[in-house]
Amino acid sequence: MMAPLGLAEWAIVGLSLKVSLLAIGATLPVAFALAWLLARGRFPGRVLLDALVHLPLVLPPVVTGWLLLLAFGRSGPVGAWLESWFGISLMFRWTGAALAAAVMALPLMVRAIRLSLEQVDRRLEGVARTLGAGPWRAFFTVTLPLSLPGILAATVLGLARSLGEFGATITFVSNIPGETRTLPLAIYTALQAPGGEAMVTRLALISVVLSLAALAISEWLARRAYGGRGSHVL
Amino acid sequence: MSFDVEVTLQRGERRIAVAFTTHARVVSLHGPSGAGKTSVLDMIAGLLRPDSGHIRIAGETLFDAAQGIDLPPERRAVGYVLQDARLFPHRRVRDNLLYGWRLAPPERRWLTLDEVLDLLGIGHLLQRMPATLSGGEAQRVAIGRALLAGPRVLLLDEPLASLDAARREEIMLLLERIRRELSVPVLHVSHDRAEVDRLADQLVEMS
Repeated sequence: MMAPLGLAEWAIVGLSLKVSLLAIGATLPVAFALAWLLARGRFPGRVLLDALVHLPLVLPPVVTGWLLLLAFGRSGPVGAWLESWFGISLMFRWTGAALAAAVMALPLMVRAIRLSLEQVDRRLEGVARTLGAGPWRAFFTVTLPLSLPGILAATVLGLARSLGEFGATITFVSNIPGETRTLPLAIYTALQAPGGEAMVTRLALISVVLSLAALAISEWLARRAYGGRGSHVL
Repeated sequence: MSFDVEVTLQRGERRIAVAFTTHARVVSLHGPSGAGKTSVLDMIAGLLRPDSGHIRIAGETLFDAAQGIDLPPERRAVGYVLQDARLFPHRRVRDNLLYGWRLAPPERRWLTLDEVLDLLGIGHLLQRMPATLSGGEAQRVAIGRALLAGPRVLLLDEPLASLDAARREEIMLLLERIRRELSVPVLHVSHDRAEVDRLADQLVEMS
């Protein structure tokens, strides 16, 4: 028999959700802007930007974590600047875990949004303009709603990716209970401890349930948004 | 002068050039596929910038390369009906129709929703999504959407091309009715000589 979830497990789930929601919430606008630039922009350095965005997808996560450590550590260029101007340090903090999750989720989110932006019929934006809409109104009334499936897909993929983030997180912000020990790190820790199997099973089940819930919610949203015409998010 | 258009545009190998000045109410741009007829409408609507020339419609200069005038599409008040209707797929017919009407300054609206519904016979479609419309219905909604924005000119790009024979006659009768009952100048593009002969006061050949 498996024991019901205890306080320790709920705390881990809560922390994981907090980290992931901050990561994805903050990344979504950034991912959209990058996807827009890559889908529509014609500027020198576009290929380089494309490669840079995709780097976390192909790098070993440990290396990404180490690069974050170099940049955001106390003596790193960004870390020192944040510390001296805002008194903020991401080191060993849950916000650092969110940053690691965000960086790892970014390429997947940019890809999903970019694909759907490329599907938007640009003649429709033209029609909106001839009907009296300025560029921004055309964007918010035509482009954005029509790329909604991609934005939903990006959110789901990003959440799934960030909930599962392990390598970059443990490298960048270590494995501190209650601060940076998210679900995967907790599973790893329990695996190392003698008699931790029950804990591992419970946490693994939670992971499965969370992932399925994310999928179901996104599918439901997509159906609602497109009048049951069964547009698939993934 | 309803139309005073003289534009050139180099697109890769192809050079598009057209010039016509006329008082006619309904002008047809006629020519084979690939002559750049749609590009001319795009230039008049402001979706494509000509390399040189000028565009004056009903006395207003929309574009003039020499004077550096190039109004953005939203300030041209040009009603543009694209070949495949191009309704907003995420909005109901009613919201498609009212998209431009809501944005137009009240003094520029010269038709009400009821008048357009009556003229085009689309009152029963208001709550439908565009995906559920037939080609002819979609075309009528697209014409209504353009008219409701209060345009000073109506551009029609091959309005019959994507329809079957029965629907063609239906839309044709409608265009004749627009020509009869409304005073808006119309620039109409077609590769079909019979259609042109029925509608146009004046013909502009493109090659």
